[in-house]
Amino acid sequence: MLGLPEGTCPSGGAPCGTGGEPPPAPGESLTTRREFLAISAGFVVGLATAGCTKEEVEAFFQRNFRELSPEEVKKTVARLEAGYEKRFSRKTTVSIEPAQEGVVFGYGLDLSRCIGCRRCAYACQKENNQSRDPQIQWIRVLQQERSKGVDLEGATPYYDAETVPQEGMTYIPVACQQCAHPQCTKVCPVGATWQEPDGIVVIDYDWCIGCRCCMAACPYDARRFNFGEPNIPPAEYNPDTHYLGNRPRPQGVVEKCTWCIQRVRKGRYPACVEICPVGARKFGNLLDPESEIRKIMDQKRVFVLKSEMGTDPKFYYFYTM
Amino acid sequence: MNGKYSLIGLLALFGLLMLAGLIRIMTAEQRPYAPRTSAVAAVPHKPAEYPEIFDVDPLEGLDSATAGVAEGLYPHPPPPLSPDTWPCSSCHQAGTFSRDRRDLSMHSEIVLKHGPKERWCLDCHDFQDRDSLRLASGATISFDASYQLCGQCHGTTLRDWRAGIHGKRTGYWNGAKRYMLCVSCHYPHEPHFKALKPLPPPVRPEFYRPEPAKRAAALKAAKFYGPAPGATASKEHH
Repeated sequence: MLGLPEGTCPSGGAPCGTGGEPPPAPGESLTTRREFLAISAGFVVGLATAGCTKEEVEAFFQRNFRELSPEEVKKTVARLEAGYEKRFSRKTTVSIEPAQEGVVFGYGLDLSRCIGCRRCAYACQKENNQSRDPQIQWIRVLQQERSKGVDLEGATPYYDAETVPQEGMTYIPVACQQCAHPQCTKVCPVGATWQEPDGIVVIDYDWCIGCRCCMAACPYDARRFNFGEPNIPPAEYNPDTHYLGNRPRPQGVVEKCTWCIQRVRKGRYPACVEICPVGARKFGNLLDPESEIRKIMDQKRVFVLKSEMGTDPKFYYFYTM
Repeated sequence: MNGKYSLIGLLALFGLLMLAGLIRIMTAEQRPYAPRTSAVAAVPHKPAEYPEIFDVDPLEGLDSATAGVAEGLYPHPPPPLSPDTWPCSSCHQAGTFSRDRRDLSMHSEIVLKHGPKERWCLDCHDFQDRDSLRLASGATISFDASYQLCGQCHGTTLRDWRAGIHGKRTGYWNGAKRYMLCVSCHYPHEPHFKALKPLPPPVRPEFYRPEPAKRAAALKAAKFYGPAPGATASKEHH
């Protein structure tokens, strides 16, 4: 079954398994190191003989992104790029661009400008290779009654209208708030999601086990789960990707907004900022006093959603009228 | 005796009802999946349906326009002047028209909804040089600098615009940006932002389940390390 002669270890040739060895002493591990190595080696050989390609075996044993050595990262990126190229017939780059020094990102959204046109949600879908059918959208634009202010309980993302803004309604787009004290990363049992030095909370899609604890922990409903196999037509695929951002995800993992990590680490604005027809979305470096986001925080009264949760979001809402 | 028969009858009725229920439950799975509400809500729309919105490159021409330009100088798109009437001086020579307030025989397409009682063309357009705008101070400015004119009344908005709080910008958060002029978004004769048609609502979670055929196709396309769809089958790494 494992591709090995019955009763022999790959190294040594001594009989292993049944009978020959004494029972483990109390406190000792049930599996000896030698047995473990034998089983893993047998498993690899078994996978290979079962018709798995070298890449599939490598992908199976790929470790957490944060534990990879630079050489391993290079190898993994090359393997991913080749795989995506094969799948989408497009030359793909999987960037591993690290966070810039002295940068912590912040986001501002002018609620007196937003008209609820949902262009951000669809631009995000295009930029970040979200599944088209079944549909996944990271941004949810909520409609609420103007008289109730910010009313997350009464708001709905499913409004439909000929034109927006509708009379007596206001709109509040919600995506990942990139909390300074994120709850999602705390509850992850395998360490597949963490906060980067520039404040962006990211996911290693190949390390995620799909338990969705993070989705339960998030007070903002910012995370999405790939219940089905994500489906992106090759013609609509964005080949400019980041390892921790918009590279295509497999089924059964969680994904979320990364403020377009593939763009902002190269200095560009996120896609939602650039598509917003009313200029309600603002983005910049919180550590730079001259940045747009700092000007907003200095001159406007900003607030965050669910501040009582203690998550300390870096997504600031404000009004200008 | 009577009680015995009625008991049997009741039991038989109960059994029949149970049987009917069971049959209904067992055949339910074979019925096609029917959406709970209208079919419209179940259709996942996608950005590719709106090329006029999403196929515009916000960076286009920005890098060349800002090459070698000192930081802080940002380009903006030209003001949207109507090609039918621009330049104004092709009709408006000095002294051709009266400066009195009146109902115009020309420019009927312009309906002033920007303080129409208080405002008249020549409050903003210069009488002598029609290809320029006129500030309250009497100074003339070009149409490219119209934000100065707007800022005479909307001073706080002009301040916000200069700081990057008001208005849309595209480009680089740490470098060159393309600004928009006031008039790029606000038609000066009717400045309230025009209502837009929203893109379709997201699919409700109960409609996430894709059709079986679509699901099979997605699974096939997602075979990560297999041959590309349509390509001839070849296994190199075995």
